[in-house]
Amino acid sequence: MLNRLRCTGLLSKVICLERNSATGTAALVSAAGADSIVRVRKNKKMEKSTIGFFVLVLTIVQISNSLVEGLESTQIYDYTKYHPMDEFGLQNPEGKEKKVIWMDCGIHAREWIAPAFCQWFVKEIVTSYKTNKKLEQMLQNLDVYVTPVINVDGYMYTWVNTNTRIWRKSRSTPPSGNSCLGVDLNRNFNANWGTVGVSFDSCANTYCGKEAGSEPEATAVMDFVGKMVKKTLCFLTIHSAGQLILLPYGHPQISAPNYDELVSVGKAAAAEMKKLHGMGYTVGTSPQILYPNSGSSRDWARLVGIPFSYTFELRDKGEFSFLLPEDQIKPACEEAYAGALSIITYVHDKAFNSGAIPSAAVSGVAMVMLSSFMVVFLTTGVLL
Amino acid sequence: MATGELNPNHYQAQRAAKVVEHYLNTRYGSPYRLLGLHRVHSGNAEDVEDSGRKYQLEISVQEIISNTTEKCSAEVLFPRGGQQRSPQVQASCEELLKINTTAQEEALYQQYKMTQSLLSAHNLPDSYGHIDPDMKPFWHLCIVASSFIMLNESSENTLYNMAQVANITQLATENHQLTFDCHVLLHEMVSQEIIHWKLLFTWSPPEGVKVQQMEQLPHCHDCEKPPNTN
Repeated sequence: MLNRLRCTGLLSKVICLERNSATGTAALVSAAGADSIVRVRKNKKMEKSTIGFFVLVLTIVQISNSLVEGLESTQIYDYTKYHPMDEFGLQNPEGKEKKVIWMDCGIHAREWIAPAFCQWFVKEIVTSYKTNKKLEQMLQNLDVYVTPVINVDGYMYTWVNTNTRIWRKSRSTPPSGNSCLGVDLNRNFNANWGTVGVSFDSCANTYCGKEAGSEPEATAVMDFVGKMVKKTLCFLTIHSAGQLILLPYGHPQISAPNYDELVSVGKAAAAEMKKLHGMGYTVGTSPQILYPNSGSSRDWARLVGIPFSYTFELRDKGEFSFLLPEDQIKPACEEAYAGALSIITYVHDKAFNSGAIPSAAVSGVAMVMLSSFMVVFLTTGVLL
Repeated sequence: MATGELNPNHYQAQRAAKVVEHYLNTRYGSPYRLLGLHRVHSGNAEDVEDSGRKYQLEISVQEIISNTTEKCSAEVLFPRGGQQRSPQVQASCEELLKINTTAQEEALYQQYKMTQSLLSAHNLPDSYGHIDPDMKPFWHLCIVASSFIMLNESSENTLYNMAQVANITQLATENHQLTFDCHVLLHEMVSQEIIHWKLLFTWSPPEGVKVQQMEQLPHCHDCEKPPNTN
């Protein structure tokens, strides 16, 4: 039986995710009136790389036919099957050392603007690289990993009815002796776990789980990103609401060694965000501008050595909170994109010491670039 | 706890300023006047012996519907002591009162005072953040009524917003006051909890919002329906 997940209407043609509860896999299918998932592939040269766990690679953003023209070929995937990474044609013809940008959305189920933004981000990158030379250049040097919904179970639960809409945590069964479902995934990462800003009551919304990394959603991220820490330039985790850019750490007595740089890069991003629609985003550590917390994905990323790690708290400041009206999706995403791009540009330029635009033929550049952009949907068999 | 001059962007000043927002809504809020904290310009905190902690704030407050902003000074005292008491607020934002909402309020009052069928609505906003334009004044009314609760419940360790009106039901008009029963969901930022409250309140243009009864509903962790639904 396929359980249909409702589709957010960010773009006119949407991709719908259906869950096959029999096989425990997520299948991407076409819905009536929508085109199916399109994965852009440039050529058949494969790199040998496999992964030790189940990774479902998908493009949530619909690429309509007109955008696809000029690209070599498209492939529609049967997502009832497992697909190893190398099938998606990871390209690196010059054997260049590519660095990594990580972005995840939807750790907290009710923060709907976050998965919407991940979709927007992918769409924006894929549709603007042709006219944006700087972006074009950066994508030659960077692999960008985007996970649109970390907390799949929680997110799907918020779509059930208006009463479930306000759910925050995952939907995991509690350990025996505990009565309530779900763990606050952003308190479950292995980063000063269980020290501040958490509850050990399974019924609480900041319940951090029975131990660090007890939750498959968190371990999926830690395992996957953990393997590429050395080449990861920045880790962006997207939430709402509050209009904040949070830097590590959530513990009031721990400071990152590059605190000053984190602040200045964060403030530059906030300045870019404000230019678009006048919305102010405050920059600081969580204990400074929000509340202390532990076990967050942002803190984990910084602790394992990713130099730039930020939590984005998108719109608004309390009028609607996470029930953000649909007419704010586009402006919220536009400003978030500006902020994310500002940080990505900074870390790219810092790593590659460059400002020069390469003179490679556009089509050649396009080939490398497109294949370096992947949308990653992380899950495990336990989740589905 | 920080004492003396506060960073206006940090949580201490922000939480105290939010309390001022709730206070101002209890004083000046109406179906056509809703106040929101815009910015904190400066803040100062000091311990007051035997009383608690006092915050002095310079803030900007925005009237959300007309999108006008005003600078205000405010003082918030968070009481200390065995008995849990609500914060005491002193603030004046006189300019905001000058926003003329009389005609609209009177029209709304007359429309719903005379109506044969009593108003009933739920999920304001709905899951998509949508509120029917005709229902917006009642969403505002519930925010104002909720502000009495949020003001009462606030401390230095909380930050409240009203997340949603689960339902609002109009009851028979009494003493020329429109009367409403409202079930609201409050979001508390620090604990990230959603807290359900039921309110009985009245409103008229001259009297403003007056809360008759308020009752916190039990926490329902895994509800498919809100608790005590009719």
